[in-house]
Parts: sequence; C-alpha cells; structure tokens
Amino acid sequence: MNLTGIAEWDISVHPDGAGLPVGSGTPAEGAKIYVAKCALCHGQDGKGSAESPTPLIGGGPITDISASMKTISNFWPYATTVFDYIRRAMPWQQPMTLTNDEVYALTAYILAANKLIGENDTLSAETLPKVRMPNRDGFIIRFPDLIQ
Amino acid sequence: MSQHRRRPRNNQISVEAVAGNGLLDRRALLGRGLAFAGAMTTGATASLAAAAEPLAKPPWSLEPGAAIVPYEVRSRFEKSVARTLSNPNFRPGAQGARTPHHLLNGTITPSGLHFVVSWGGAPDIDPDEHRLVIHGLVKRPLIFTLDALGRYPMVSRMTFLECGGNSAPLFSPEPIQDSVQALHGLASCAEWTGVKLSTLLEETGIDSTAKWFIAEGADAPHLSRSVPLKTTLDDAMIALYQNGERLMPANGYPMRLLLPGFEGNMNVKYLRRIKLVDEPSMSFWESKIYTQLLPNGKAYQFYFLQEVKSFITRPSPGLTLKEPGLYEISGIAFSGTGRISRVMISADGGQSWGGSSAAGTGLEQGFYPVPYALALGQFSCNVTKPGVGRGRQRAADSRTVRGGARRVEENSTRCGRPESALQLHHKLGGRREGGGQACLCVAWTPPPFCLCSSWARAGRLPKGRISESL
Repeated sequence: MNLTGIAEWDISVHPDGAGLPVGSGTPAEGAKIYVAKCALCHGQDGKGSAESPTPLIGGGPITDISASMKTISNFWPYATTVFDYIRRAMPWQQPMTLTNDEVYALTAYILAANKLIGENDTLSAETLPKVRMPNRDGFIIRFPDLIQ
Repeated sequence: MSQHRRRPRNNQISVEAVAGNGLLDRRALLGRGLAFAGAMTTGATASLAAAAEPLAKPPWSLEPGAAIVPYEVRSRFEKSVARTLSNPNFRPGAQGARTPHHLLNGTITPSGLHFVVSWGGAPDIDPDEHRLVIHGLVKRPLIFTLDALGRYPMVSRMTFLECGGNSAPLFSPEPIQDSVQALHGLASCAEWTGVKLSTLLEETGIDSTAKWFIAEGADAPHLSRSVPLKTTLDDAMIALYQNGERLMPANGYPMRLLLPGFEGNMNVKYLRRIKLVDEPSMSFWESKIYTQLLPNGKAYQFYFLQEVKSFITRPSPGLTLKEPGLYEISGIAFSGTGRISRVMISADGGQSWGGSSAAGTGLEQGFYPVPYALALGQFSCNVTKPGVGRGRQRAADSRTVRGGARRVEENSTRCGRPESALQLHHKLGGRREGGGQACLCVAWTPPPFCLCSSWARAGRLPKGRISESL
C-alpha cells in the first residue's frame, strides 16, 4: 500500500500546537481575506447574518442553549481550534482551498477583532498555541472515567 | 393498587388495572378476547365502523398489479411517513432530519427514515476512490480501500444512535406542544454491520502512548472528533452496512465509525482517517458544539454517553384517537449505558405506575419496545380536576462506567397544563445529573387526560428503589 499523502491528509491541530503547519499571518492580512471569502455569511462586522447567524466577533453572556450563543470570545477554550476549523471546513462552499498563511491570517484577524491578540501580532505555529482564551477553564469533563 | 381496580361496564371480562386511569398490562389482555380499539367491538353497543358496510370487490383484486421492480420502494400511500427537516433549504450550517417514531413500529428504523444531522450535506462519494487511513501512534500506518475492508471478518450489531441534541426542545424557555418526532426524532436504531476497529488496529499495532484516536470524515467540513481509545476499543466498528445494505448517503456512505452508546456526532460519517494520539485535538465539535451548558456557567465537555431515555410513541400528539376503547401504548426505551431492565408508565400524572420487567429481553444499546395497554374512556379516565392534571417524567439510570463505580441517578420533574398537550420543559441547564430527558404528555378532550412518558432504567437498581422514588 502506498502511504504517501498521509501527511497532506493529516489536518488535525492540537491545543499544544501539534499539527500546526509552517506559515504565518497578521490581522491586517486576514481582514482582506475576510471581506473576500467570509463576510458573505458571517457579515461585514463578523456578527453573523441572516444567511448564517454564527457570529465570529463578540459575544455576551450565554443565556440559552442556542449554539450561536457560544462564541469564540465567550466560549471557545483553545485558539488552535479556530485555525483547525477554518482550515478543514471553511469557506463553506470551498473548504480546504485556503493556504496555510491565509488560515493564519484569518485566525489572527478574528482573534484581534475579539481583542484576544494585538492588532499587530503575527500568528504562527509558535505564537498561536500561546493565546489564552477567556473560557479556557469553563469546562467539566462529563465522564472522566471514560478517558483514563 | 386496589384503588385502580376497575370493572369495565360493557365487557364480560374483568382485567385488573395496573395503575391509575385504566392502565392495563397488555400481556394480561392477549388471548382473552378483550377488544382493542378499532380491531373488534369496543363494548356491547359499539361496533366496528367498517363492518357496517358491505365487503366490496376492490379494483386491485380485479386486475394484475404493478410489475415487480429491482429495488422496491414503499407504497405510494405511505409517503406521509417521512422525516421532518430543519434547515430544508440547506443554508450554510447544520441540517437535521427527524425520525417519525409515532408512525413506525418495531425496534428497527428503516434506513430512509434514520435520523440525520449533517454539517455539510451528503457527499457523493465514489466507493472505489474512498480511502480510510489509520496512522499516528501505531506501529505501521495503513490505508484501506472499501474492498479491502470487506475482506476482514465482520460483525453485526443492532444499536441506536442519538444526536447529542436530541430532545433539546425540552430545554425551551416555554413548553412546546409538538410531536414525538419533533421532540425525540434525532434518535434511531439500525442493524449495523462492519469491521471492528480493534481488528484493524491489530494490523497496524498500537503504540503504548496512544490514549485517544481522532476520527475524521471525508465530507466538506471534514468533521473531526476525539475518541477515548481504551473505553471504545471493544465496541467500535467501521460500519459498512445499515440494515443489510450499504449505508445511506446521509448516514455515512460508504463507511462510518460506530460507537454504540456514544453521542451521535462521534459516530463519524464518511470516515476517511483515524489517527491515534495521546491527547484530544479539541475540535470545533467537541469544544463548542457538543458541550452541555450548566446552570453555574460551566459546560460539560466530552459528554459521550447517551444516557437512559424513554418516550411514548403512540398515542401521541399528531395521532388521532377516534373513540373510547382500548389502545395499546407503544414507546421506546434505550440507554447508551447498557441494557434496559425495566420500563414503567404512568397515565395519571405520575401518581401511580405500571411496571414491566425487561430484564434480559432487550439488547444493549438497542431500542426496547414499551408494551402497555391503555383503556381510554371505557374505564373512566380518572382525572379529578380536568385541565389541571399533572404529568411526571421519570428516567433513571444505573450503569457501570467502565473502570468506575456503578451509579444510580434519577430525575423527576413536573409538567403541567395537559389541556394543551404540553410537554415538560426545562430551563437552561436543567438537565440534571444522569437524568434521561423524556417526557411526552398527551391530552385529549373529552376526557381531559394527561399521559406521560414511560420511566425506564438500564442496568440494575437496588431493590425497592422504585417505590422509594415514587
């Protein structure tokens, strides 16, 4: 069996940065990509749209169980998940078409807009795992016995 | 229970009610000639409506029928038995298709009616081009074709799948009046056949540092979940067949991960990659979507097990009861933590319960049918305060968490306003520890009546537990 190609298929990124590819991006670079490839669904302001109510920027107290209440800034425990999800699933109509630099840039744009990194910060495999998310400690393992 | 003894006025046979409001043990009726509604007379004066008309010679008996086709689809008269869709126009985001439990019977969900939650549509996968990669913390990575997988020993297993968000309407701020399909339709049961993951991992070898595996789909979102390796290795299957034929496209064709008892989303469809790792990847689906908010602001993560649940499928909202008489109560009980051992039903808002032992008859992680008969009307439904009846839902669970202690937990909650057929509602985070959320109150007038969900348990409970909990 020819095993070449497994590395390209392996798109899993872990909170410690394992799996992050070479590359980098800044919020300013990401802003341009966002307008071109993301704003249609997520809105120019990142607050979501009628077409897709999923907000990327902002998020107040969670008051009900709607998935859209859980935002990157108020809920997501790890910044690496932003990179992982954009790379594997976005844009909605054309997943897996962004370059790694573009994914870093979009991640930087979203995290900066949520004031989780600075406007001039650059994200890479070294810096992204160091981003501390506000709700990092907001979780309880439901069945710890199962994950020994 | 003596207060529940009823002697039917218009029938020669006396059957002792097992609980209030005329709840009878269905098995006590079988073979005794007692009439169920619509099947025979319902009393001395009532007669079967259809029997009042002369028997006809229907047209289908007077000419040859349709030619037999290679792949048969159901009768055109059955088209209304269908899934209901959320996001039917397929805007970006998830789609859902709910099983019409109230229109089905038995314990197997037909493949075309199996529930679906889709995060990126059903891909059009060429099975000859599809590949499954197993890599990561293994001794030798391997790539499998569908044909190659088909040459390994296979196993079959009847198991339910349930979306982690099933029964979510019970969390609505206000009670929702809706069908069992709307409330509990994101659960289904099928016979799955495929190759056990452990069989394939014998081929690849397992590095001693591997604690999890990441399962990933070949669909557009490349859905990805982290699965604990040790606790799933005995049961995990690469499912290739659903109810005897290849998987339905929206259920993972040509292969999906099957983790009996674990939340539906972890049973990754279109499985293309399994990576053994030492830590979870904290994907979008496990760190955001399939987390369970709690009243204290925290959230459960890695919920994993679909705990015991039961619901009544008939009678239920959306179905019509034409006349007083005997009706069979049908329902479903299931648990991701083991075998259903007992099911109980109350027809008087939880004041009294009829119980049945299901010990040994159900399958682990299978649907267990709820067999009960309800005498509606004929045995004078005893609702003392019309329109103010109570409903009560009970679900309890006794399970052995692998490597852990046996747990017994219970949930009991009131529901009200049966006049509008409301189901119990839960406020945010109301899902208590171990409480299977299942309540379905049904009301008809006349007489005003509140029928509540069955109570089910899995595994063994200490003796006397039920009476104590009442």
